[in-house]
Amino acid sequence: MKILTRMGDSSTVEMTRDELRHDLEEGTEAAATKAKIPPLTENELDYLDDMFACPSRIWGVERGHEVVMTKDGCVNALNSSRMSSGVVAPVNREVGVRLFESMLGFDSMEVSHNDYSVKPQRFLKALEQLHMELLQETTIFPLLYGFMPNLGLYYRPDGSFPNPSDLLPLGKIDEARKTQEEALQACQDDCILMSDCMLEMGADGIDYDTVASTGDAEFLAVLKTTEHVAGETGLPVEIGMSSEMVLGFHGQLEYEGTRLAGLWPHQQLELCEKAGTAIFGPVVNTNTKRSTPWNLSRAVTFVKACTEIAKIPIHANVGMGVGGVPMFETPAVDAVTRCSAAMVEIGRCDGL
Amino acid sequence: MQLKKMRNTEAKRYVADKLHVTPLDLSDPLIMRNLREELDIGTITGVPGVAKGIAAKVKIAELLDIKINSVEQFKKRTGLHS
Repeated sequence: MKILTRMGDSSTVEMTRDELRHDLEEGTEAAATKAKIPPLTENELDYLDDMFACPSRIWGVERGHEVVMTKDGCVNALNSSRMSSGVVAPVNREVGVRLFESMLGFDSMEVSHNDYSVKPQRFLKALEQLHMELLQETTIFPLLYGFMPNLGLYYRPDGSFPNPSDLLPLGKIDEARKTQEEALQACQDDCILMSDCMLEMGADGIDYDTVASTGDAEFLAVLKTTEHVAGETGLPVEIGMSSEMVLGFHGQLEYEGTRLAGLWPHQQLELCEKAGTAIFGPVVNTNTKRSTPWNLSRAVTFVKACTEIAKIPIHANVGMGVGGVPMFETPAVDAVTRCSAAMVEIGRCDGL
Repeated sequence: MQLKKMRNTEAKRYVADKLHVTPLDLSDPLIMRNLREELDIGTITGVPGVAKGIAAKVKIAELLDIKINSVEQFKKRTGLHS
């Protein structure tokens, strides 16, 4: 029997049942070896095996196993460009959020600006506050305010701090570390400013998205911001990561005595919990040269290691290029539904 | 929302108990549609007279015995804060 599935770049591939099982086993072993976590059990692999072997176009969770969805990127999928899988619909943010609530049935929504990084958003603070204030009066579902910390924008040529990517190739290690330490402080100040003012406007929580995209310095800025927000306001913070491992661009930064460079999802979770995070979103990147069964088996293994130890809800990232989903701007429904369901049924996620 | 940090199963149980339904009922569109209208906490489709937006959230906060930040801020602005 030939099984139709996809590669990590979304192209269709045919596999035999043995090839499918082999990829599932290799995927979970790859995660287990990297992060020193347990691989999936035989029963769990059987579930994935049956799921991929089923010719059904879509897949879903068992009735009663539904989970909560949180969202990043506001209504970018409606009114932004292909960069955000957007369809450039002539819809403003207020209308878009209402549509996500009532027509698309989302459980919660994130309000944010199209230019999604905190650095440009802080210049639009008053506008952002107004939209949050107005949307809170017209919607019922929880509205988080969100942005990407995006430390990269603080370095030249976009920002004022020397760029560590220029300094590191010159062997200027100390200078590269110093500029990251200074930039992370500026980023942290902006994150705190935006978080505080949006919570004052009634935001139900704050969502930090694509965290640690610029490595360990950015992760530290977000953990310290979270500490402030959770400690001062008691309101929920969601941290969604950018990749499965924290890159050690600095290499020596620590939080609560733990070095940040090289942390895997379950280790990231522990620090996020210490900082006061209310929801953690692990990311596992998709390898475009491997099959979706391989990618999903690997991703679920990382996520399961989080949910087994978590004291807070885990909302795994399941979008294009993460969580086993192929790296393509409009991912195929057969892959997205299988990845989503497996994250709940095997990964034991509280949400996506 | 102040159901923060509850895992999914625990949160579903909490809400279901408050609404006097089962956790399975929470994802049943028929049961929840009728219950939401009966409790006046907002419906997906447009129904004249049923609570919408912040009015529905005020009722949800009372029903679930939780604090909702937007409701708290609204009460402060309108002088309704007790």
